[in-house]
Amino acid sequence: MRLILSYVIGLVFGLGISISGMANPAKVLNFFDIAGNWDPSLAFVMGGALVVTALGYRFVLRRPAPLIDTAFHLPTRRDLDAPLILGSGVFGIGWGIAGFCPGGALPALGTGRSEVVIFVAAMLAGIVLAKAVRGALAARTPSTV
Amino acid sequence: MMETVFTPLQSLGGGALIGLAAVLLMATLGRVMGATGIVTGLMQPANLGDWTWRAALLAGMISGPAAFLLLSGQMPEIQVPASTSMLIIGGLIVGIGVTFGSGCTSGHGVCGMARLSPRSIVATLTFMFTTAITVFVIRHLIGG
Repeated sequence: MRLILSYVIGLVFGLGISISGMANPAKVLNFFDIAGNWDPSLAFVMGGALVVTALGYRFVLRRPAPLIDTAFHLPTRRDLDAPLILGSGVFGIGWGIAGFCPGGALPALGTGRSEVVIFVAAMLAGIVLAKAVRGALAARTPSTV
Repeated sequence: MMETVFTPLQSLGGGALIGLAAVLLMATLGRVMGATGIVTGLMQPANLGDWTWRAALLAGMISGPAAFLLLSGQMPEIQVPASTSMLIIGGLIVGIGVTFGSGCTSGHGVCGMARLSPRSIVATLTFMFTTAITVFVIRHLIGG
């Protein structure tokens, strides 16, 4: 049940990415190119996704628990730290260079295009690398500080 | 430079489906629909049960273009302005950035912003800004 639900939810997400045009790097990059061939579509994608999610979460998160788990797994941190801001800034640079973000690239794998495979392989390597560096940094920093 | 057509209705509708997926995942498994978190958890699962739902979700995501093909008769359009080396460099940078930044456009930009999480709002504003600067530099300063 859990697996079928997960598959269907992934499919809805992947179909949404495909319909919205966000699997297409040129379309994503043209949103940011206000000085060139501006394509405002990404704002409509974000707008549609945000309205539905904000309304839906209001009802869902009022419940004591999700349907097939004992508790909601929500991020609880509210502090703004350097890794959050620097990491997000770095992510934007990569997004601007390649035109793919993770949520756009993963469904785009289904088109079988080699460019997507190359990007995703590099992205996974970047995640592994960053995890290793973060682990090493955490090991060197005393936890009492 | 590759031109694309402004598609307000498809983008709004596709965005609504992305939001629907986020709401359904929270309602059933109680999880945030963030691409970064889902693939990171696949590479570093807490246990087998944690791995399988993520794998099923990813399989569903990858089936998205085929579902689009069934509905529309064509694969979603993919135009890649970046060269192979830019894809590799960009991919590495994205992987590093989303790991330290704890999320990407789906996790911070949709799910976190929808909850009005201060971390997600700051993260989203930050990466939208640096993406715009990067595109401007590549297209208008370097590329010309």
